[in-house]
Amino acid sequence: MWKWLHPYAKPEASYQLAGKFVPWFSVFAVVCFAVGLVWGLAFAPADYQQGDSFRIIYIHVPSAILSMGAYSSMAVAAFIGLVWQIKQADMYVAAVAPVGAVFTFIALFTGAAWGKPMWGAWWVWDARLTSELILLFLYLGVIALYNAFSDKTMAGRAAGILSLVGVINLPIIHYSVEWWNTLHQGATITKFDKPSIDTDMLWPLLLNIAAFTFFLGAVSLVRFRTELLRREQRRPWVQQLINRHSQARG
Amino acid sequence: MQVFITVIKRELLAAFRQKSDVLNPLWFILIVITLFPIAVGPEPLLLARIAPGILWVAALLSSLLSLERLFRDDYADGSLEQMIIGGSPLALIALAKIVAHWLITGLPILLLSPLLAILLSLEWQSFQATFYTLVLGTPVLSLIGSVGVALTVGLRKGGVLLSLLILPLYIPVLIFATSAIEAASLSLPYAGHLAIMGAISLLALTLAPFATAAALKVSIN
Repeated sequence: MWKWLHPYAKPEASYQLAGKFVPWFSVFAVVCFAVGLVWGLAFAPADYQQGDSFRIIYIHVPSAILSMGAYSSMAVAAFIGLVWQIKQADMYVAAVAPVGAVFTFIALFTGAAWGKPMWGAWWVWDARLTSELILLFLYLGVIALYNAFSDKTMAGRAAGILSLVGVINLPIIHYSVEWWNTLHQGATITKFDKPSIDTDMLWPLLLNIAAFTFFLGAVSLVRFRTELLRREQRRPWVQQLINRHSQARG
Repeated sequence: MQVFITVIKRELLAAFRQKSDVLNPLWFILIVITLFPIAVGPEPLLLARIAPGILWVAALLSSLLSLERLFRDDYADGSLEQMIIGGSPLALIALAKIVAHWLITGLPILLLSPLLAILLSLEWQSFQATFYTLVLGTPVLSLIGSVGVALTVGLRKGGVLLSLLILPLYIPVLIFATSAIEAASLSLPYAGHLAIMGAISLLALTLAPFATAAALKVSIN
């Protein structure tokens, strides 16, 4: 496996590889969004208790899941960067952090909008909400730390260490609904049991989760490529790339 | 072990030669605690109700104030670099510095806590709980804080950033500490909260020195 992976440690190769994935991810994201959102928001049956306002689940749940998914991918990248000293991994940490922060914010925002009609309050200090808010703070901390260094190699490693320390929050978020008696409802699909949601509601939800995942992949890869170019801007391969592009434009 | 004891001795000596570093955070916690009765009114019932929160928030803030001295001076005069290239395990040195830091800043808060309890008109029962949570919780503050300081020590303006990085990580300690004191004030058992705080302490004790060592290596570069 190492022989197969090794060529991609070269910045140029990982730039090209990321470039190959971006269009596919974008297409999948657009298709899944189109089908999933229309199906979920217009055609899925209304909830017997919550009526139509349950439909915000199609934004809320995917963004919440992916806010944690983005954090785990960031932490895995940070671990790889620290242990095997692969600098692209540090760049990925820097690239994915703002995207994850936005997903966390969307999850909190849609949660607030959902909480108002259901619980009668925009915000309650419930374990799930609080731990998700801490996740947002952790993302912001990683971003702030990364921006504080002028030497971006150091910045990437420091941000990586911080994101690894913050991993402790992920199980807390996931199990918060089981450990504490909270207002937030328990898991409906991310459990090993049969999902406690009707199939007609489940399929659009899964499609939306897939859409958010591809969207996350596409956006963070685009950001990764930009980060790579910015950090390697004095290297010959970047110069060549720029020359080729400017020639193609004429 | 020899290294461990030597570093602790050195840190304590440095602290006693520069007493203001030790005393200022304590003044700070006293002043913060004085502000609250003035701001929300001196009713004993109200104060006793919000005392655990005030005490713990004050402890968090004062620990932030004193954290910077953990590595900053050693970074400035180059002795941190000597420790890194010295050959003894860096995590051990980091742990020694953290222990010394707790002796200098955490222990005085414990000693001061009876006075603070009187100022906030805490009952004996709640005070006991407060004391236990401080015993279990203040080491965590030093341990988690050391990671943050190690990450920001190379930056010219690390102070504000340090608080942004560390305060979110302090929140679990704050939650369990205040809920333990809350339970105690209602004469409910709070051993469970204390057990979780102990678990957090142990987890931080085992992992934080290594994270600090890794962060120091990044900062020195």
